[in-house]
Amino acid sequence: MAQSLDKDTLARAAIGAPGPQRGTLGRRVRNTFTAYGFLGPAMGLVLFFFVIPGILLVVLSLTDLSSANFSDPWTFIGLDNFERLFADPFFPKILRNTVFYVFTTLIFFNLGLALVLALVTTNIPRRSGFFFRLIWLLPRLTPSVVYILMWKRIGQADPFGIYNQLFPEFLGASGGNLFLGGSPWTFVILTNGFVGASFGMIIFTSALESIPKDLITAAKVDGANVWRIIRDIKLPMIKWPLLFIATYQTLSLLTSFEYILLLTEGGPGLFTTEVWALTAYKRAFASYFGNSQWAFGATWAIVLVTVALLLAVIYVKLFKFNELIEEPRIENL
Amino acid sequence: MTTTEIEPQLQPAGPLHKTREKMGRRFAYGFLILSITPILIGYTWLVIATISTRTEGLLPRNAQGGIGGFTLRNWDFVTDSAIWNAMLNSLLIAVAMVIGVGIASTAGGYALSRMKFAGRKTFLSMTLVLHAFKAEMLLIAIFFVLRFLGDIPVIGNYIGFNTVGGVALVMIALELPLGIWLMKGFFDNLPWDMERAALIDGASRFRVWWQIMLPQVRPGLAALSLFTFIAGWNAYLVPFTFTVGTKVANMPVFLNQLISDTAPTNWNAVAAVGLFQMIPLLIFFIFTQELLLNIYAGGSKGT
Repeated sequence: MAQSLDKDTLARAAIGAPGPQRGTLGRRVRNTFTAYGFLGPAMGLVLFFFVIPGILLVVLSLTDLSSANFSDPWTFIGLDNFERLFADPFFPKILRNTVFYVFTTLIFFNLGLALVLALVTTNIPRRSGFFFRLIWLLPRLTPSVVYILMWKRIGQADPFGIYNQLFPEFLGASGGNLFLGGSPWTFVILTNGFVGASFGMIIFTSALESIPKDLITAAKVDGANVWRIIRDIKLPMIKWPLLFIATYQTLSLLTSFEYILLLTEGGPGLFTTEVWALTAYKRAFASYFGNSQWAFGATWAIVLVTVALLLAVIYVKLFKFNELIEEPRIENL
Repeated sequence: MTTTEIEPQLQPAGPLHKTREKMGRRFAYGFLILSITPILIGYTWLVIATISTRTEGLLPRNAQGGIGGFTLRNWDFVTDSAIWNAMLNSLLIAVAMVIGVGIASTAGGYALSRMKFAGRKTFLSMTLVLHAFKAEMLLIAIFFVLRFLGDIPVIGNYIGFNTVGGVALVMIALELPLGIWLMKGFFDNLPWDMERAALIDGASRFRVWWQIMLPQVRPGLAALSLFTFIAGWNAYLVPFTFTVGTKVANMPVFLNQLISDTAPTNWNAVAAVGLFQMIPLLIFFIFTQELLLNIYAGGSKGT
C-alpha cells in the first residue's frame, strides 16, 4: 500500500504536526527494526561488557572459583562468600577507610576546593582565570602512571624527595618516605583530590558565569560586599550544580581505586589505605600466595556495584534527567 | 526637562575601598598560585629529571654531589624496540577507541534522538545510569567474558584475554555510555527541517544519517574523538588487568613495569619515558585549550 502524499499531509508535515494516523503496524515494526540497526553496535557492546558481566558477578559470588580450582566445574557454595566477607577481621577497617576516603576527598577537594577555585577564577580577569583553570586540568590529562610518579617523587625520603628538601622538618616531614611512612592518607587524598577538583571547578565556573550580571550589579549598588554576594546570590544560584557534583563525585570516588593502587597498593602495612573497591580488585587479581580468589573478589565487588547502582538511579531521579528525554517528532511521516 | 542618565555607582570611590579591592585581588592571585604549585613542581621535576643523571629534590646532581650532571642518556630508550612496540599498542588502542566509540555512539545517539521505537526509553535510562556508574568494579566479570571471547575460533586470537583487540573492546564499551549520551545531545540540538525534507523525498534513514546529520555534528564528534583518544592513550587499569607480559603492554603499563621491575628504579630514565608518553597530550593541551575545558565539563557545550 503506497502512502498518498496529498496536500494535507504535506502541510501537516511542514509544520511538524503529527500525521492523521499513528502509522500502520507494519510501518512501526519496520521503524523499530531500523532503529535497532542503528543501535546494534552499541547494544552489543553494552550487552557483552555491562549486562553479562553484571549477571556473571552475581553468579561468581555464589561459587568458590579461584585460580586454584579453575579447571574444575564451578561449585556453588551459597552465601558463604558473603558470610566470609562480613566476618573478615579487616572488614570494619576497610569500611572505615572507604567512608573516610570518599568524604574527605569529596569535601576538601572535589567539592570544596572546586567551588573555591571556580569562585576565585571568575572574580579575576577572564584570561587569567582561564589560565589557572587550564593548569588545574593538567593532572586530569596526565597518564595516571606518570602523575603518580611525580607524587612519589614529591613524597620520597631524603635526599630525593622534593617536599623533604623544600621543607625539612615541617608539617610532618621527617626525612622519611611520606606516602609509605608518615602520612599515607594525606598523599592518597592529595593525589585523588588534585585530579578530582577540576571537574567540579569547570562545572561550577560555567554555572557561575551564567548568573545574570544585573543581579550582581544590583547587589553591589545596594552595598553588598563580596562575601554577601557569594553567600546570598551565587551559592543559591548554583545549588543544583553543587548537588550534582556531590552525588556524581561520591559515586566516582566510591568505585575508583586506580591512583591508590599505583601509589600505596593499600599499604603501608596491613590495609592502611585500602578502600572497598581496591579490596575487591586485589582479591580477584593480585591475591596473596599467588591465588586469585575470583569468587571472593566478585563478592566484594557485587556489594559495591549494588550500592553504586542504587546511588546512580537515585541521582538520575533526583536530577530529573528523564525530563531531558524529548519525544522524536517525525516518525509519522 | 532633560533626564540625566544615572550610572550605577559600582565602586564607591574612596581610597579605603580601592586598597581593599587591591588586597582582594592580590589574595586571589596568591591563593591560585599557591594552589597550582604542587602541579608545577611535579612537572618541573619531570623535565629536569629527564635531562640529568640524578636529582635530589628539584636539583640535578652530578657524580661529585655538586649541581649539574646534565645528560641525554635517559633518552637512550628511543632506540629500544620494546618502547616502540608499547607505543604502537597505545596508538592502536586509542585509534580503535576513537573509531569504535565514534561509530557506535553517532549511530546509537542518532536513533535515540530521532526515532521512535519500542524500548527507546529503557535504553536511554540505562545509558544514563551506566554513565553515572563507574564500571571498574565489573572488571572481574569482564575477565571471564574476555576469556570466553578468546575461545571463539580464529577471531578469538584478536579479541580475547591478553590481546590488544580485547583491551580496545573493553575500553570502547566503558566509554560508550558517555559517548552515546553526548552524541544524542548534539543530535537533539539540530533543526528538523532538512531531515524531514529528505525523508519526504524518500531518502532512507541511513542516507539521512550519513549525508545530512553527520556533517552537522562534526564539531561534537571532534570533541568526543579528542576525549576518547586521550582516554585510550592514558589507559592503565584495563590494559594492566587484561594483559600479561611486554608484548601487548601499552605505554602506561610498560612504564609501570619499568618502575616496578628494575630495582633500584632508575627514576631519571623512567621520567624520560613518562615525558615521551605525554608528547601528544601536551600538543593537545597547547592547541585545543578551550575544547579541552569544555569536553571535561561533560562535553555539553561541544565546541
